[in-house]
Amino acid sequence: MNYQTFEHDVIVIGAGGAGLRAAIEAATQGATVGLVCKSLLGKAHTVMAEGGVAAALGNVDLRDNWQVHFRDTMRGGKMLNNWRMAQIHAQESPARVNELEAWGAVFDRTKEGKILQRNFGGHQFPRLAHVGDRTGLEIIRTLQDHAVHQKNIEVFMECTITHFLKEGNKICGAFGYRRVTGEFLFFKTKAIILATGGIGKSFRINSNSWEYTGDGQALAYKAGADLMDMEFVQFHPTGMVWPLSVKGTLVTEGVRGEGGILKNSKGERFMFRYVPPMFKGEFAETEEEAKRWLAGDKSARRPPELLTRDVVAKAINAEVKAGRGSPHGGVFLDIASQRDVETIRKKLPSMYHQFKELANVDITKEPMEIGPTCHYIMGGIRVDAETGAATVPGLFAAGEVAAGLHGANRLGGNSLSDLLVFGRRAGLGAAQYAKENSSIKADTKQLDTCATELLKPFNQKNGENPYEVMDQLQKMMDAHVGIVREEKELQKAIDSLAQLKSKVKNVKAAGDRTYNPGWQTCLDLENMLIVSEAITRAAMERKESRGGHTRIDYPESSAEYAKFNFVLRKKGEEMRVEKEPLPKMPAALEILIKEGTT
Amino acid sequence: MSEKTAKIKVFRGDEKGGEYKEYDVPLFEGMVVLDAIHHIQATADNTLAVRWNCKAGKCGSCGGEINGKPRLMCMTRMDTLPLDKPITVEPMKTFPVIKDLVCDVSWNFEINKKIPPFKPKAPLADGTWRFSQEDADRVQEFRKCIECFLCQNVCHVLRNHKKEEFAGPRFLVRLASLEMHPLDVEDRLSLIKEAFHIGLCNITKCCTEVCPEHITITDNAIIPLKERVVSRFYDPIAKFWQKLFAKNDVTK
Repeated sequence: MNYQTFEHDVIVIGAGGAGLRAAIEAATQGATVGLVCKSLLGKAHTVMAEGGVAAALGNVDLRDNWQVHFRDTMRGGKMLNNWRMAQIHAQESPARVNELEAWGAVFDRTKEGKILQRNFGGHQFPRLAHVGDRTGLEIIRTLQDHAVHQKNIEVFMECTITHFLKEGNKICGAFGYRRVTGEFLFFKTKAIILATGGIGKSFRINSNSWEYTGDGQALAYKAGADLMDMEFVQFHPTGMVWPLSVKGTLVTEGVRGEGGILKNSKGERFMFRYVPPMFKGEFAETEEEAKRWLAGDKSARRPPELLTRDVVAKAINAEVKAGRGSPHGGVFLDIASQRDVETIRKKLPSMYHQFKELANVDITKEPMEIGPTCHYIMGGIRVDAETGAATVPGLFAAGEVAAGLHGANRLGGNSLSDLLVFGRRAGLGAAQYAKENSSIKADTKQLDTCATELLKPFNQKNGENPYEVMDQLQKMMDAHVGIVREEKELQKAIDSLAQLKSKVKNVKAAGDRTYNPGWQTCLDLENMLIVSEAITRAAMERKESRGGHTRIDYPESSAEYAKFNFVLRKKGEEMRVEKEPLPKMPAALEILIKEGTT
Repeated sequence: MSEKTAKIKVFRGDEKGGEYKEYDVPLFEGMVVLDAIHHIQATADNTLAVRWNCKAGKCGSCGGEINGKPRLMCMTRMDTLPLDKPITVEPMKTFPVIKDLVCDVSWNFEINKKIPPFKPKAPLADGTWRFSQEDADRVQEFRKCIECFLCQNVCHVLRNHKKEEFAGPRFLVRLASLEMHPLDVEDRLSLIKEAFHIGLCNITKCCTEVCPEHITITDNAIIPLKERVVSRFYDPIAKFWQKLFAKNDVTK
């Protein structure tokens, strides 16, 4: 078997915000870094982030600080977050945003010339540094241009990692292939940082790109690492619902941040009816008050459209179920009646173009039709808050692929800050680990097995079409493990997953190894199955409703289930779900949450 | 049920050559060309190679030539194309074809590395900077670039095999975003003239026409850079003043 060999202290898999920030940090620490990504550099999912990056800079409202951000994040996560990650995140994100400015990012400005911040769901004060509605592009390009000037970073574009190698219990290498040539790649390394993003392709209606097939979660799971909180999948309340071609495509929360309102088919501004007990008294109670807030009256409370994503998505779902939906099965999102044409085009330019070009809708004149779309997973690889270390020595994770920061529901804007804060920390952690474990040697005996497994789809005689199997998996997950769940549906999903597993074993690739998307899909399917099973099994065990996890057979949150996270572990061929008690929060932070910060 | 269909002619092949294969695809509401390519890939031939990521015009992966015009496949609606004859979908022509609709665009990433990085002026005492939205606006236009490389694809200079000598519109836009950045103090003007050969651009504006982000590449980025080069290196009066005050030129 032929393969190319590369050796680096640290291998980073994924080159979105988290992977790039991790690579920059590890290289700065003196480690040599191999940065491996599934697409071209600069095309990762971070580019799709629109609304902004959350950091308590206090540039627009002086009342903001890390304590308020911490409190908002914990309450948004329905208290299931790792408190230490939420604290680190709130404390460090302002420095990470300012650092981007030092690297050339150009954020929108306040009148005083500081970085401007906008309102977003679940954030008490205007907190999201942004660039119109293309903040993710600004961040990925800034990091990309900074990274390519680091001497120690070698970039491997359009490469897929399919196997990890271990020496004893320690990570010592990775194996995969280069799409353009189909040739095999072997990376000798001391440490691996996973920054592969999410799992959205497990669902039919999603806002994610083809890359989002749970690769990092699956690789970590197979290597023996713990997955955690996998039942918490975020359905973003505002995806396009029409036309069919763009069903699921993201409509930024920035529309509501800039004043956009939600209406049902009767013209009612329904969110006033959906304020959960936890947030009672914190939101405007009349349209008049919401109007004053939009006009800048600081004594007025935020409009209920800015409740957290889990709450808004469930409200939209309920309105549609009650027969008050829009013609194409969503509700109306209206910014045209709230802001003038110039403001809309300045602050939401890509939304303007997206609707104009793909749906023939002018958002400065008419409302948009929107509905929930699978957007993000709060759960993922269980990591150490300080270093991003997973439970397998030598394995680190940061960004969406990691669990802990967001608990049961993520606040908008907390993802971009997550990437920066924990990308950097994972880079530090991995570089340090590599220094301390410089004697690790990779064993090449395992490579033949890896290659045989990789080539298996070419040797199937009457195998399945991988695209058909993927379609079946997505439709099944939409039907049984979607935004609203119950035991009998989840059981159906478990049964279907068993059938799909045997189909995935038989998927077939035609043609040769050069840039072959069919072959790639065969390989992606194995990962998609693992994460789909993890989501379903964890969802089955959590017999309550909390954040992104809603059970119609257990509609309330339960004090008992507030005490632990569910962890998924590989035991032989079996996936085990086990309870892990939540780490105890220090009293000083508990008081912050109970009493507020003012 | 009679299903409406369209005919698509897709280039299948590699650097050595290939052929155009015709496929029938079912039409649905709002369908874009990338949907048609995905349909062929999922049903007729799993090996059909195409790049894509966001499918919303934000990542710039799916550039190609549709009926001879450089476009993003994800932003080209089928109902804007004449459906009485086959729609032709081909890879970009300026770069070597790897397979089917996928080109080798690695040259662009090499050029990018040659651009001296952003270098900010000293911050205020609190470690941050101040600048106005008006100053931001000027470079934010350039920073909208999604690196689809359609501008590179239509550039006459690059098409005429001058890749070794000319940076191309994409990287002149990037250079403009650095040179006009309100905080940047690096001087790249001699490189823009000598290494990136801005003089080779003869302002046909083809790049501006194809930009899916509607960046005014020629008027707002290239021409102002050309003017800066002219006043630095060719204008005798400006040269005199520069010598006198040696302003903003950190290379001196």
